[in-house]
Amino acid sequence: MKLLLSSIINGAEHSVLVDPRDTLLELLRDRIGLTGTKEGCGNGNCGTCTVLMDGAPVNACLVLALEVAGREVETIEGLATAGELHPIQSALVELGGTQCGFCTPGIVLSAKALLDANPTPGEAEIRQAIAGNLCRCTGYGKIVEAIATAARRLKA
Amino acid sequence: MRDFVYVAPTSIEDAIGELCRGEARALAGGTDLLPQLREGRRSADRIVDLKRIPALSAIGLRPEGGVEIGAALSATRVARHATIAANYPAIAAAARLLGSVQVQNRASLGGNVCNAAPSADVVPALICQDASAHIAGANGRRQVSLEDLFAGPGKTVLTDDEMLISLLLAPVPPRSATTYLRFTPRREMDIAIAGVAVRLDLAEDRTVALARIALASVGPTPLRALAAERLLQGNRPEPVLAQEAALAAASAARPISDTRASADYRRALVEVLTRRALAAVARALNIAWDPT
Repeated sequence: MKLLLSSIINGAEHSVLVDPRDTLLELLRDRIGLTGTKEGCGNGNCGTCTVLMDGAPVNACLVLALEVAGREVETIEGLATAGELHPIQSALVELGGTQCGFCTPGIVLSAKALLDANPTPGEAEIRQAIAGNLCRCTGYGKIVEAIATAARRLKA
Repeated sequence: MRDFVYVAPTSIEDAIGELCRGEARALAGGTDLLPQLREGRRSADRIVDLKRIPALSAIGLRPEGGVEIGAALSATRVARHATIAANYPAIAAAARLLGSVQVQNRASLGGNVCNAAPSADVVPALICQDASAHIAGANGRRQVSLEDLFAGPGKTVLTDDEMLISLLLAPVPPRSATTYLRFTPRREMDIAIAGVAVRLDLAEDRTVALARIALASVGPTPLRALAAERLLQGNRPEPVLAQEAALAAASAARPISDTRASADYRRALVEVLTRRALAAVARALNIAWDPT
């Protein structure tokens, strides 16, 4: 049986019919059409589907759609404003912190939650914050550099 | 995944009513349950979300001292709570070992306990803190010492109509320190192949008034190393005694060999981790410690 769910996604209220078995990931991709959130492992290990739920990073594959009733969700589509990339996104582009790009939306959102809570993170804090986001291309060095660069720019 | 009904009751009584219907399962963070349902390792036709019950998402100070941690509260919120961070740092640290930041924002200590994995990272530190499981069910409430809660891998003594509502922690006496050390092949996002929590309380004469040693990932359930504790109790802590206790803890382990490690390797790890945990606790208690 489908149920009506209302939640706030990227600042806009969405009311959608969902199956109780739908995950937040399926809600975003299949019911609302926000395909920027990617599915990797589907069991909470890779962090590819990371989105922010009330500002905190979560794996969208490990949350039931019905659990986000009345909650706020932020996805990668919510970051760029008026065609202008978020400083974390532009730093990743400039510093080569993205290669195949599949992990990038999740990395950006984990980094955003970190910088929202801690504007001046050290390298260890950055690495800890993205420990749940697997990247098989970059070796992480350039991602860490990009997040540190974005932190400096956001503070300036 | 089989079709299920999702309910989110707002009281413990309503939640127990829901748990009594059909093949119901309690949902807290879902970080274990959802993959288990998807992979067919657990089954349910009714999912009872406990996060809308206020008492299950709160931390309270107990009148007799100690703390009560709501079973559905996220690991992140437990680790950040001022009283937990100040009085139970080993529990706060263990909560930060559960999976990733993303997992910690969802996973609850109650869920880590009820999932009953022998490798559960929060359990050894909770056992060292003399934690009890506060359980509510159709026939009323009861408390079970945490070390008696586990019946085997993935199994607890909770009956189908019962749920964990909170974890009760005993007050921390003066001159007490606890630490949890685990070994994982990878630094992040890994499951312990052995874990050891150690607590020492010192008497005024600086002898060991109480010792607790709890082991993870080396038996069908979390284990206490009772013989190792007895070696320490009443004595002055020092490296030679720590080595004897570490060997006794290794003998208490009942590990299996699997894809992640051999039984012998796990036993050897218990010895090393116990020795290191004792040294860490000794440092926290300002005990002069010349390693042998």
